[in-house]
Amino acid sequence: MALLELRDVTRRFGDFTAVDAVTLSIEAGEFFTLLGPSGCGKTTLLRMIAGFDVPDSGQILLDGQDIAGTPPEKRPIHTVFQSYALFPHMTVADNIAFPLKMSGKMPDEIKESVKKALEEVQLSRFSQRFPHELSGGQKQRVAFARGLINRPRLLLMDEPLGALDAKLREDMQRELIHLQKEVGITFIFVTHSQDEALALSQRIAVMNQGQIEQIGDPSVIYGSPANRFIADFIGKINLMEAHVTQISGQNMTLEIDKLGTTTLPFKPGIKTGDQGVVAIRPEQVGVHALASQAELTHAYTGKVLDFLYVGDVTTYIVELDCGIRMEALLANSSPGRARFFEVNDPVVVSWLPEAAHFLMD
Amino acid sequence: MKRPNLTLWLTASLVYTFLYIPLVIVVVYSFNDSRLNAEWVGFTLDWYYKLFRNEEMLLAARNSLIIAVSASLLATILGTMAGLAIHRFRLRFLPVLAFTPVAMPEILLGVSLLLFFLQVLNLTLGMISIIIAHTTFCIGFVAIIVRARLQGMDESIFEAARDLGATPWQTFRLITLPLIMPAVVAGALMSFTLSIDDFVITFFTKGVGEPILPIQIYTMIKIAVTPEVNAISTLFMLLTLVLIIIANRLDSGMLQGEKKS
Repeated sequence: MALLELRDVTRRFGDFTAVDAVTLSIEAGEFFTLLGPSGCGKTTLLRMIAGFDVPDSGQILLDGQDIAGTPPEKRPIHTVFQSYALFPHMTVADNIAFPLKMSGKMPDEIKESVKKALEEVQLSRFSQRFPHELSGGQKQRVAFARGLINRPRLLLMDEPLGALDAKLREDMQRELIHLQKEVGITFIFVTHSQDEALALSQRIAVMNQGQIEQIGDPSVIYGSPANRFIADFIGKINLMEAHVTQISGQNMTLEIDKLGTTTLPFKPGIKTGDQGVVAIRPEQVGVHALASQAELTHAYTGKVLDFLYVGDVTTYIVELDCGIRMEALLANSSPGRARFFEVNDPVVVSWLPEAAHFLMD
Repeated sequence: MKRPNLTLWLTASLVYTFLYIPLVIVVVYSFNDSRLNAEWVGFTLDWYYKLFRNEEMLLAARNSLIIAVSASLLATILGTMAGLAIHRFRLRFLPVLAFTPVAMPEILLGVSLLLFFLQVLNLTLGMISIIIAHTTFCIGFVAIIVRARLQGMDESIFEAARDLGATPWQTFRLITLPLIMPAVVAGALMSFTLSIDDFVITFFTKGVGEPILPIQIYTMIKIAVTPEVNAISTLFMLLTLVLIIIANRLDSGMLQGEKKS
C-alpha cells in the first residue's frame, strides 16, 4: 500500500481551480518532487497534505486512512517552510525541542534527542543562539532538524532552498539527499526550479494549471517529456512545429515546417494528421564543420548566428538555411580548445533519430 | 555612528525644551515653600505632606487607579482578541466597531455612553459605568497596536507550530502570545495612561459621589493653582515615567530576543 494517496483532490478558490482532480500515490521512503511554475497549484496541494487547507472534493489517504478531517497537529506529517518559520523568541535548541515537547516527551529524553539532532546538523555550538543570529544556511538546517526530530511519516518541503545563494544551495541539495537516505523518511519537495527537481528527486510530478502533466523519474521527465509544456518548462529545448504525414510499422514520418520530412520511431496514440512539435535537447544537437556532411543522418546546413561561452560549455545558435534557428550545446572538454566555431561560420547541424521527440499539442 | 547635523540638533532641542519646560516648572514648584507659583522661596515637602493627608484627594487617586487598572486590563484582553480576529479573518464590521471609538470625538462618546447607561441599561452611574466607558475607548487602541504587530509577522510561524504538533490553544500560548507580548504590554500601558487622565468621558459617566482624580484636580484649579496640584502632578509624572521605562525594557528585550543566560 502506498504511504500517501491522493484521489481526485480538487481545491477551488472562487472561480479559480487551484488543484484540479489530482490523483497520485507516493511510496514510503521516496524523495518525491512536485514541480511546476508559480501558481500551478503545487503549494496548495502541499498545504492540503499538511492539513492547512481542505480539499473541496477528493480524498487524501495516509496509510489507507482518510485524513481530510484530521487537524495538522494530529498528522504525522511535518513541513519545512520556505521562510523556515523558526520561532523567533526561542533558541535553536528550544526550536528543535518544540515538536518533542508537544508530543509530551520527558525533559531528559528531549535534551538527549536535541543534543543528537544538533550534532547531526553540526550546530551544537549554536544551540543557545536565536534564529536572527544565524545565517540562511544555518536556519535551514535548524528547520530540517526541527521537522525531522520526532520522525514524521512524511516531510513536506515548500521551496526550502529558494532563499539560499547558488553555491550554498548545491551543498544543501547534496546534504538533503544524504539526509533522506539516512533517516529513511519520505520527502515531498515542492519547487519551481527544474534543476533542483532533477538533482534531488527519485520521482517528479510536473504540475501545470492545477493538474499533473507527467509523473516519472528525472531521466524520463527530462528525456521523454510527455508534452510541449513539460518539454519547454524543463531544461532548454529546440521545438519545431510539425505534423504527422504517414505511419508505417515502427516508424512515423513527420513534416517539419520549413525543414522537410523526417522519420521518428512510432509512439502509441499518434495518428496521421496530428499536429505538434519535434523537440530536441540542445546537447543532443551536433554542430560540425561543413566537410563532414556526408556521414551524417538528419543533417542540415546553416551558419552560426551567435554563441555564448560559459566555461564548461558553449551554446551555439545556428540558423539553418530554411530559416529555423537551433540551439546546440557543445562541451568544451578537450583541453586548450574552448571554441569550435565563430559567428558566420558555415556549419552542419545534425542529430540522431532517437534524440528527437514528437509531442502533440 | 553618523553625527547629527547642527540644525537638526538645534530644532530637536527647541522642540523638547518647549515640551518639557512646563513639566519641569510643575515639578520644581511642587517643592517650593510658597503658596504662589511665582518665585522660588525655598525647598519643602509640605505640599506632599498635605497631599497625603487630603482624604478627598487620596480617595480620588485610589478610585482613578482602580478604574485605570480595571479598564486597561479589560481593554487589553478584549482589544488583543479583537486585534487577533481582525488580523486572522477577513471581517467587515469588527474593524469598524473596534476602531471607531478611537477616532470619535470624546464628547460624543461621553454623551452617548451617558444616555446608554441611564436610558437603556438603567445603571446607577459610578465606578462601574466609568470602567465600562474607559474600556470602550481603550479597546480600539489595543486592537490597533496588536494588529500592527501581527501584520509584520511571518504567518507561517503559526502554521509551523500547528504542523509540529501544537493545538490551537498551545499555539496561542507558546507562540502567538509571546510574540505579540510587546504590543499587548504597550496596549495595556497606553490604556492605563489614557484612562487615568481622561476627563471628558469620565465627567459624563461619573455621576455624583465618587471623586475621580482628573476631575478633582480640575475642581481644585477652579479655586486656585495650589502647589498641592503641582505635587500630585509630579507624582503622576513619576508613575508614568516608571511605566514607560518598564514598557521600554520589556519591549526591546522581547523584540530582540535577548539571550536567556
